[in-house]
Amino acid sequence: MSRVVLMQGNQACAEAALAAGVRFFAGYPITPSTEVAEIFAARLPRLGGKFIQMEDEIAGMGAVCGASLAGVKALTATSGPGFSLKQELIGYAAMAEIPVVVVNVQRLGPSTGKPTAPAQGDVMQARWGTHGDRAAIALSPTSVRETYDVTVHAINFSEKFRLPVIILLDEIIGHMREKIALPDPSTLRIIERKKPAVPSGEYLAYKPDDDGVAPLAAFGDGYHYHVTGLVHDETGFPAGSASITADLITRLHTKVYNAKSEITLFDEYFMEDAETAVVAYGGTFRSAMAAVKEARAKGNKVGLIKLITIWPFADEVVARAAAKVGTMIVPELNYGQLVGEVHRAANGRAHIVSLPKVDGGVFTPQEILSVLDKEVG
Amino acid sequence: MALEIKKEWCKGCGICVHFCPKKVLVLDELGKIFTRDIDKCVECGLCELRCPDFCFTLRKGKGEKVS
Amino acid sequence: MEQSVEKLLRTKHLAHIWCPGCGNGTVLAATVRAIEHLGLDQDKTVIVSGIGCSSRASGYMNFDTLHTAHGRALTFATGIKLARPELTVIVLTGDGDATAIGGNHFIHAARRNIDLTTIVFNNGIYGMTGGQYSPLTPTGSYASTAPYGHIERPFDIAKLAIAAGATYVARGSAYHTKMLADVIIKGIEHTGFSVIDAVTQCPTSFGRKNKMGAPAAMLEWQRDNAVTVEAAAKLTPEQLAGKFIIGELHRSEAPEYVAEYDKVIARAQKGAKK
Repeated sequence: MSRVVLMQGNQACAEAALAAGVRFFAGYPITPSTEVAEIFAARLPRLGGKFIQMEDEIAGMGAVCGASLAGVKALTATSGPGFSLKQELIGYAAMAEIPVVVVNVQRLGPSTGKPTAPAQGDVMQARWGTHGDRAAIALSPTSVRETYDVTVHAINFSEKFRLPVIILLDEIIGHMREKIALPDPSTLRIIERKKPAVPSGEYLAYKPDDDGVAPLAAFGDGYHYHVTGLVHDETGFPAGSASITADLITRLHTKVYNAKSEITLFDEYFMEDAETAVVAYGGTFRSAMAAVKEARAKGNKVGLIKLITIWPFADEVVARAAAKVGTMIVPELNYGQLVGEVHRAANGRAHIVSLPKVDGGVFTPQEILSVLDKEVG
Repeated sequence: MALEIKKEWCKGCGICVHFCPKKVLVLDELGKIFTRDIDKCVECGLCELRCPDFCFTLRKGKGEKVS
Repeated sequence: MEQSVEKLLRTKHLAHIWCPGCGNGTVLAATVRAIEHLGLDQDKTVIVSGIGCSSRASGYMNFDTLHTAHGRALTFATGIKLARPELTVIVLTGDGDATAIGGNHFIHAARRNIDLTTIVFNNGIYGMTGGQYSPLTPTGSYASTAPYGHIERPFDIAKLAIAAGATYVARGSAYHTKMLADVIIKGIEHTGFSVIDAVTQCPTSFGRKNKMGAPAAMLEWQRDNAVTVEAAAKLTPEQLAGKFIIGELHRSEAPEYVAEYDKVIARAQKGAKK
């Protein structure tokens, strides 16, 4: 049965994770993500799950990787500086193909910055923050209710594709309280990781099925397999040949890109006849929607694209829109990050306008509307 | 007891040669271990204990077996 | 290696990567002998290691094995143990891995007294990267990053572990390999955070620079400079200068983390029913 509740985004994230089967949390306190940890600290033991506050951000990331390999769905939450510290082991989880979810409630940086101010400055860090090369999945919800669904998606994607999935919350969504109807957990579509169907002697932890993803045994189930951050072959043991290296690094990309249509979550509003489009995500979306509606009320043919999946970037969605509108406006709480991807995807088919905001505040609809008026006029 | 030697694991560090009380063990011209006079072996097991490369196994039987 | 122990190794991955005369193989052998002696269930024993020469040991052991990132082995091990307490989790690490980049994790795992056994392959140097000084490099010795002699004071891993709250702490050496296996056995048997400081030789990166001689001579250095706990009790600090003490250094009882968390679960579930 669904229930109507008043809650903030951080809480919706934790509730969804519990409903989706997360039974392990390890993390380190950091504003503005702390509520996520606090909710897990209270709720997990009631469900027989485990919560641990670690000695630092890196340790939190290591512990969730360990718990996941032991067969338990695991999640950690952090914010800007902590997200930077976690990058090393986000790379480890990518290389070793460990399903985990990292929630980053974005705040203004660099460095300590403004710990209680919203920002969308970690978009590129979510993609490129760890060293080396791999595909990333990062999702950014635009409301408290959507945070719930996005968290379920993030956990499902991490289990299905065996990788770390990042939820890019921001201080707006994380701390905003809304009245929402939570779905009945029994109605959720929950994906569990593939388990090996072969006896232990035949199991290869890194031999992919046709979808590019190998089944994952749990430590303690008798499979005696090896996990390393070194380049490895399908047995999981270090191997350094050029072809093994290329196959592995390629597969860390293709297992995601081959499923891009499934992973790309987005919405379009008023795009049928739009001549100008706003591309918005996260906590900026709602201000963009108000601005677009006001522009429509003035008779301007303005549309709105909401990107929930930030990575992999929704090239096809943006390219399709760019082919029919003259101008695309990209408001972001940063100096212009995702707008570069919009440029790349539009590939000259539309005029792209970056609308950055870096004062630690949220966009007012008027700030977006005034740019719309200028571009439409 | 028979002393089984896994020569392919030997790196020629000389630890077994040094600690063998009966000087049964020597390195060949390629720097790999072999036994000079296995009959002198007193089966003390020091080579098996000290070899960092797991080259020695004392097994039931007699003599030497090199693999 | 004894037949009874060989099944615990992934022999098809041998010969191992370590240099001629490296003591890491000896510490690994002591570890598997200890596991064999205890009769641990191969399916329920997990080996976790960090990065560095020492930490390649996990790959040669026939269990669920996890070769993590530099310094982070204890964080992964904590996650595994807490998520699945029925598993025996053994952590293999080096002196740099455990006490430099992983120093924070080391002291906090000790503070929590979580039921892990940590074996520190202590060769006093960063071998994998070519002989840079570690937190265990003795003052005055030479390293590739201490070409004029090392000016820092080393940690005493055992004292560090004891001060941080570890409840079983012992030291062995590659020379005293039977005693090493014995303290590893006791460390695994002990419920709580156990630390085994395993003094081992690095002939390539430490020995050469410090004119320690052949690997066998480095083992004899261990023989000649190790003092048992019992003998050390009768010696003055002056007599012990430059020596290292081997044997069981500390044993105490304290609440173990996973067991304590089970009480949290019980309290939470009792409260939830109200």
